[in-house]
Amino acid sequence: MAANAEQRGRSEAGMWHRESRARHLRERAIKIVLAACAYVSVLTTFGIVFVLLFETITFFREVSIVEFLTSTTWSAAFANPQFGIMVLAGGTLLTTLIAIAVALPVGLLAAIFLSEYASPRLRRWLKPALEILAGVPTIVYGYFALTFVTPLLRATIFPDMTIFNALSAGLVMGVMIIPTIASVSEDAIYAVPRSLREGAYALGATKRETATRVVLPAALSGIVAATILGISRAVGETMIVAVAAGNLAQLTANPLQSVQTMTAYIVQVASGDTGTGTLTYNTIFAVGATLFVMTLILNIISYIFVRRFREAY
Amino acid sequence: MVTKSGTQTTQKGGPEGEPVFKSSTSARHALDRVFAILVFVATMIGLVVLAVLLVDIAWDGIPRLSWDFMTSFPSVIPENSGIYPALIGSLWLLGLTALFSVPLGVGAAVYLEEYATDTWMNRLIEVNISNLAGVPSIIYGLLGLGIFVNLLGSVTGGQSIISGALTLSLLILPVIIIATRESLRTIPGAVREGGYALGATRWEVIRSHLLPMALPGALTGTILALSRAIGETAPLIVVGAATFITFAPAGPQSSYSALPIQIYSWVSQPQPAFQLAAAAGIVVLMVVLLLTNSVAIWLRNKYQRRA
Repeated sequence: MAANAEQRGRSEAGMWHRESRARHLRERAIKIVLAACAYVSVLTTFGIVFVLLFETITFFREVSIVEFLTSTTWSAAFANPQFGIMVLAGGTLLTTLIAIAVALPVGLLAAIFLSEYASPRLRRWLKPALEILAGVPTIVYGYFALTFVTPLLRATIFPDMTIFNALSAGLVMGVMIIPTIASVSEDAIYAVPRSLREGAYALGATKRETATRVVLPAALSGIVAATILGISRAVGETMIVAVAAGNLAQLTANPLQSVQTMTAYIVQVASGDTGTGTLTYNTIFAVGATLFVMTLILNIISYIFVRRFREAY
Repeated sequence: MVTKSGTQTTQKGGPEGEPVFKSSTSARHALDRVFAILVFVATMIGLVVLAVLLVDIAWDGIPRLSWDFMTSFPSVIPENSGIYPALIGSLWLLGLTALFSVPLGVGAAVYLEEYATDTWMNRLIEVNISNLAGVPSIIYGLLGLGIFVNLLGSVTGGQSIISGALTLSLLILPVIIIATRESLRTIPGAVREGGYALGATRWEVIRSHLLPMALPGALTGTILALSRAIGETAPLIVVGAATFITFAPAGPQSSYSALPIQIYSWVSQPQPAFQLAAAAGIVVLMVVLLLTNSVAIWLRNKYQRRA
């Protein structure tokens, strides 16, 4: 095709055609440059997978994969190290559960208020105000959890709570993901057709009954998607837990105790001096790979649910 | 839903005569009022916590702020510690991240919105971008550590500003692409067709019409993404931002600190005096964020009026 155009350019060598050929070439060059920009995102994914896989394979040459998945001790820094990812995953699970226990009810009720109760004017003000919560840097939440929430809880309800604990970190993390859950749920609730609400009202249902028994079930897949997205955020959240939950890798279900999450472990190792190629260096990639796979699965499930509610109406 | 209510209605009139609707109207309406209050309170919880957080930080941090704090270097004595190198480091990161991420992000968005046809490769790029937006930031840190710090260390200078800025650029790229695409999508097709009808090529239409029209939305999204980059801590810790640095960075290959890194370093110290320095650092960080966000809002309003 290029040769064809060139021939034509030569045979009818008028001004206009020459310019057109130059323009044509420029158009093609620009398209290639722009496509290259788009491919950077694919390269990024390849880069992530390559780096994680490469270092993780090196890690599993030293440590058996069975030990990694089944051991109930994590003592990477000791002389005879044990690498049981369950310990770190347990820390992540505990803080995530606390965060979701806060964010799901609060976010869902807020979504109902925004879409069913608030006037359009109030809604225009409240939505961006809530979004600010998601824009506050996580290190700021970490500071807040450590220096405000923990002392408050120790002074009031839980006097024997340790300074670093899963509860404060989880609670503050829950507040951070309220906007995620509220805004995705609200989209789903808003998408429920008006006719369903009108049908409920016509049958004599009150506003609350309509919202909780008709609108919410109809928006369920969107709400599930919002929840899973929130879980994924909580699992990947780093600074709040690194600052407020401590660095004690132990398998516990007691939220008043210090736990170490997968993300906090990576931060702890990266803050210190670790030489490239050491086992400790490889460990953070193995933990990172576990984290990446977990969030990837959660994001895919969430994506499937989002698509389902979009297709429904 | 509808069919279920339908069967319930027939049941109601059936021989069992079991009423589905409770006739206790006043109780149901009282419950409605409670529910209305409940959803309102839930909405306010987030905002109240936000207010408490801001007041708490201002309370702790503002008394510690001073010109000395802004111009001093970190020190082992908390009262003498300052934020200067971290602030300069953050400004460096901001500038370089914008330099890398804006052309790449806008370019990718223009390609996907204006050029890409519906092939499997382009669909892969789309799925990939939305997936990248959900990857935890610390994973980008590991990517930066493996590629920019170690593999390309001879070019980037290892644990340097440029490695940090490249890592942050990849982190915010999906956000910029999504914002720019949404902005391009709102431009009516007639603008493109008008351009083509006058003999303009695709790129000429993009440059002279589509990009200027998409600017407010793209700019707002970009600045919000950059302000996210300023507040990011975890990936910078992983790619080796220093916590204790006694010089202002001299160039892109210099080692560096950044505001959130400095705050993290102070928060981790047991002495209460360092906690106050952290609070003051947070105030500085929040002011920087407030400034960038105000610029975003100002620019959007300015361009929206013109259009």
